[in-house]
Amino acid sequence: MQLSGITGVRYTVEAMTRTDVQLMLDVKAGDDSSFDFLLQKYRSPLVNFLYRMVRDTATAEDLAQEVFLRVYRARKQYTPSAKFTTWLFRIATNLALNSVRDTRYQKMSVSLDAPADGEDSAPLELPAREKRIDQKMIERDRMEMIRRAVWGLPEKQRAAVLLHKYEEMDYAEIAKILECSESALKSLLFRAYETLRVQLAPLVVQPSTAGRRLAGSVQEGRSL
Amino acid sequence: MNCNDVSKGLIAYLDRRANSAERQEIEQHLVACVDCRRRAEEFRALWSVMEEMPAIEPSFAFDARVRQRVAAEPARKWFEWMIPQPRLALSAALLAVLAVWMVKTSPVNQRVAPTTASIQQEDFNAIKNLDVLENYDVVTSMDALSELAPANPADNGPQNQNETVPATE
Repeated sequence: MQLSGITGVRYTVEAMTRTDVQLMLDVKAGDDSSFDFLLQKYRSPLVNFLYRMVRDTATAEDLAQEVFLRVYRARKQYTPSAKFTTWLFRIATNLALNSVRDTRYQKMSVSLDAPADGEDSAPLELPAREKRIDQKMIERDRMEMIRRAVWGLPEKQRAAVLLHKYEEMDYAEIAKILECSESALKSLLFRAYETLRVQLAPLVVQPSTAGRRLAGSVQEGRSL
Repeated sequence: MNCNDVSKGLIAYLDRRANSAERQEIEQHLVACVDCRRRAEEFRALWSVMEEMPAIEPSFAFDARVRQRVAAEPARKWFEWMIPQPRLALSAALLAVLAVWMVKTSPVNQRVAPTTASIQQEDFNAIKNLDVLENYDVVTSMDALSELAPANPADNGPQNQNETVPATE
């Protein structure tokens, strides 16, 4: 399963030309190197998705390993009835939802009710004396605020947002992963983004400027 | 299209997945509705802000641990194909129960045959001596009749049996 040198490069190029389904069918036929390629291709998206779901690096890695192990175990029964990523992220989503429910990660969620209500309670509103704060600290705080807002979403909404925003999946695929209709998914996404819009209001652009800009783009016949 | 309708299609519009008809309707509404226009722009800004969410990299040991766990998987046995899958086993069991139930509740098997046979036997018993009863010679030669006065040979028939009794009187 190890790749090395020219052979490894040639193998990688060959593997890249094959679709995920073809690779998985090769795994089914006993080609472990195709499994290795799938592992390298999807380990990072999976670990990130799971990390954003369960909020813990070690747990995310354990769950990602479990996903790959289940894929490997199921290789003999694999039939290409759906996209490989749909199958992969469906396993990951189910594992993540079970993990979140079992370990009660919600206890760790931080209340984000206050920041959207006013400037006084916004955690990122810096006092005047700290205006010289390092830019990295600001960025870190912004990232932390975004992360907490996403983590504060209900589990299914969170999964929908992560698959939509970060994995850039289409509605049909996300709906299959979450086992709901596309219509239900659109409602789910709207509620989730509406919550985030309120929670992260201090970070989004000024509405007045934005509204004028959007109106201009719409009137010019340009879609967002 | 009102604000509620727009909210249902706004996400698809913003990520360019709405069809042309939906897009046109939403755009017309956005031109006229300040609130929806503001919301749309804030969604767009939100997505931009969400790009800042950091990604993490799997640990260096990740691949090795996956390979280790894969290697620890027990090898498949040659007879494994014979072991039924749980769903298959459940389906087969349900099918067997259904088949037994259908056989038991089938009208063919509700002792209709014995009942029919017994009815036929009773009918047979009823008619098997019918020829004897209808045989006038046998009836007339019965011993009981011998005690009676000789019947008029001209009168021969079942109805004469009744008529012979008054004749003795």
